[in-house]
Amino acid sequence: MKAGIIVFPGTNCDIDTEKACKYFGWETEFIWHDDTELNKYDIIFLPGGFSYGDYIRAGRLAKFSPAVMSLKDYVKTKRGFLVGICNGFQILCETKLLPGILSTNTNTKFICEEVELEVNHDGFPKSVKFAIAHGEGRYIADEQTLQGIQAKNMIFLRYKNNPNGSVLDIAGLYDKENRIIGMMPHPERGVFSETGNIDGKYFFEMLNKALTKETVAAT
Amino acid sequence: MKTMQLYKALGLTDSEYVEILKRLGREPNELETYLFSAMWSEHCGYKHSRKYLSIFPSGGAVSHGENAGGVQIGEHVIVFKVESHNHPSAVEPFQGAATGIGGIVRDILAIGARPIALLDSLKFGKITNNFSKHIFDGVVHGISHYGNCIGVPTVGGEVAFDEAYTDSPLVNVMCVGIVRKDKIRSAAAEAGNVVIAVGSHTGRDGIHGASFASKELNEKSKEDRPSVQIGDPFTKKVLIEATLEILELQEVQSCQDFGAAGLLSSSSEMAFKGECGIDLHLDKVHLREEGMQPWEIMLSESQERMLFVVKQNGVDKVLKIAEKYDIPASIIGETTTHGRYRLFWHGKNVADLPPESLAEGPKYAINEQEPIYIKQYAESKLTKTTPIKNAVEKIVSDPNFASKKWVYRQYDHTVGTRTAIKPGDAGAAGIWIHEEGGVVGITIDSNPRQVFLNPYEGGRYSIWEACRNLISGGFEPLGMTNCLNYGNPEKDEVAYQFVKSVEGLAQGCKEAGIPVASGNVSFYNESPERRVYPTPSIGIVGYVDSPKKMVKSSFNAGETLILIGKDIEETSNVGGSLYQRAFYDFVGGKIDVVDAKLELQLKKILFSLRDSGFISGCVDVSEGGLFGAVFEGVKKANTGFIGNLISINDHEKALFGEITGRYVISTGNSLIVEEFLKLNGVSYRKLGKCEDKKFEFDGYSFDLAKLYDLYDNSIDLEMNE
Repeated sequence: MKAGIIVFPGTNCDIDTEKACKYFGWETEFIWHDDTELNKYDIIFLPGGFSYGDYIRAGRLAKFSPAVMSLKDYVKTKRGFLVGICNGFQILCETKLLPGILSTNTNTKFICEEVELEVNHDGFPKSVKFAIAHGEGRYIADEQTLQGIQAKNMIFLRYKNNPNGSVLDIAGLYDKENRIIGMMPHPERGVFSETGNIDGKYFFEMLNKALTKETVAAT
Repeated sequence: MKTMQLYKALGLTDSEYVEILKRLGREPNELETYLFSAMWSEHCGYKHSRKYLSIFPSGGAVSHGENAGGVQIGEHVIVFKVESHNHPSAVEPFQGAATGIGGIVRDILAIGARPIALLDSLKFGKITNNFSKHIFDGVVHGISHYGNCIGVPTVGGEVAFDEAYTDSPLVNVMCVGIVRKDKIRSAAAEAGNVVIAVGSHTGRDGIHGASFASKELNEKSKEDRPSVQIGDPFTKKVLIEATLEILELQEVQSCQDFGAAGLLSSSSEMAFKGECGIDLHLDKVHLREEGMQPWEIMLSESQERMLFVVKQNGVDKVLKIAEKYDIPASIIGETTTHGRYRLFWHGKNVADLPPESLAEGPKYAINEQEPIYIKQYAESKLTKTTPIKNAVEKIVSDPNFASKKWVYRQYDHTVGTRTAIKPGDAGAAGIWIHEEGGVVGITIDSNPRQVFLNPYEGGRYSIWEACRNLISGGFEPLGMTNCLNYGNPEKDEVAYQFVKSVEGLAQGCKEAGIPVASGNVSFYNESPERRVYPTPSIGIVGYVDSPKKMVKSSFNAGETLILIGKDIEETSNVGGSLYQRAFYDFVGGKIDVVDAKLELQLKKILFSLRDSGFISGCVDVSEGGLFGAVFEGVKKANTGFIGNLISINDHEKALFGEITGRYVISTGNSLIVEEFLKLNGVSYRKLGKCEDKKFEFDGYSFDLAKLYDLYDNSIDLEMNE
């Protein structure tokens, strides 16, 4: 299994994501933001942080980077998974790889805490605790988009006590058809027991399982 | 302006000017006068403090005397330092606090260490005062904005509110970093190398920042706003990564950050520490605006810049890394064997000084006579009382005691996936050092009221209180850093407070067996109306070799609570206790004197209990007294308590009085623990049991849900008004 982590100037969860990937024994590489060769990866992460300083709006500028522009091809060829966490989710929405947009939290402040989430995915516990850390995590979309999301069963994670004002309590989306996952919570911060939370393992195990199955099928 | 008039305008005294003439054997030119004024300012030159700081023990610390010092853990060194950004935060809270983080992070970086944690010690005026509220909100927002963006978790600290800080809020930021022992970098330059400036363009912001920080604040301070630098956390984050990559190069010989007095301070210290000369070509520095004069380039405190001394064959590699990160870099000079500090402007030599004349400014002796207030305050007595039920509600909702969740919820405290103890979970923060397998405990704490009442004993008190924060979590204290915040040292009271408290701090460190790895002094924290309490912020770093050995600070239902160490008596001195200030606006009486032998014994006992697994929780008794320790412990486990806390006639003193040398522990094996304590001759008192939903002691019973609500939400309510 080969994972790639796209690093922008201003990304700050790249090393954390790498640490989590390596914990699961994945071969892991950083992809600098002007790299465009993405097809060698089974999974690509857009990690958390403040890409290009998040000027204008979170994720707005990253949209124009060569690596992100090449993601469309990566998705089209259905090569592997694309996972955006926090700033990565914001980038996925800005590039329209996922629907909707992430806006400033209703209390206008940055929020960092552990939140309880309701999970909508087979083989995953119904409820997990992940860390969140964001100032712009309020998910919003128009009525039509929301209907589409629900029709396609894309809501992957919902907040139990909505901290930021997201519509329908949406914390994460999963487009199964294109294998794109975007989420504000940080599963990579829940891998090591030394930090007091290991719920994030479920997420990485889910990816592990999906991809290992494919590798087995291919051989 | 003739230099004769110029030196006065720049804040140099007549005698300092005479000293300059003597050292140079000639009159300094205009540019050189600017250089002296900045380097000899209090902020850079420590002229009122250097003489006294030399008594701090430093044996055992790594990199002492560099940008930041540290302690060794296995193959690694944990580097740490605190720095103040008080004056900028008073006039421009958001940017002031933000750039305070920027500055201390660069100090850690300059050693070659990756920053892994931030903590803050913050002091504001009363939270009910609208002006203080505005400063508080701005400072927290500034820290949140900057710290979150650079990806270094803000894992702990302290926040206090007292009228004394209304005009001069204190913003002290501590940064902790990690580096392999063999990769530590020094600021000392060697001759024959190339000087490269990397990072932001140099602009006119922050010019005279060092001088601004070296005077009292007054109505006109707002006019000094241009002296506050503007931070750019995005550029800083990129600079962090670029710097760490550059420092991986063998060819890089030394590194300095641009802090107070910018290029001047960083380059002259490099030459001074390395005992070499340096030639700088100021026209080669990349500038943000046109028409900047040499003195402006030298004194600019534009943020996000680093200075490297690199061997000839490494220059291209450094420039290439800068290019990868899109950071400007320029070759601005060379280190030389001529031993002089020389500046050039379009080829013309515009300054030529011995580096030591800049770096080694004057050292002043200050007053050591005891001011009258010390005796007067010691004799004053508190006579008022409050019914216990009201008192308990008052203390849990006092912003100094209540939950600081409103603050730390705004800080990213889990980025880095190292946070083993989160803010609000214990007295110390915990950072997992996976490189070595254990956890570093970090605390920053202060006891300004105690230091005010008795500077020497208050100094010892502060050291031991910070140590207890660590010991209660199972951490062995290893090293100390400090930020010493005082009023104007040219005034006798302040001078005495400073000198005596430094002696007390030094003594406390010797008793605890910890070196002082680094430090910072901030004077002139006063206005014509108010002066801050003498406030030494004490940062201590400790270690435990396995996360499993950490002791929680929560008390679970069913467990027995035992007070170990000193018990309060009718005659105990509890001067400086929070309840006296919070309930009665009273600061007076004598403070409790630390018994170092007892403190060391308690540490040993607690570590034995930790290793045997017989205690499950421990809280050191500090602000809020015995009641405070019990309440905090049960609150963290969301349980309650039934038992006895009051052992003397003065119930308020029994519950809230603050004395040293004691901890509350929780255990499910109270018989064994009591036996062990008896065997070792440790005095203790069984307090009672933790029980869900109840809070009762000595015949008093409380609505627990209400107390929890007050504790959780009082700051929130105040700020969301």
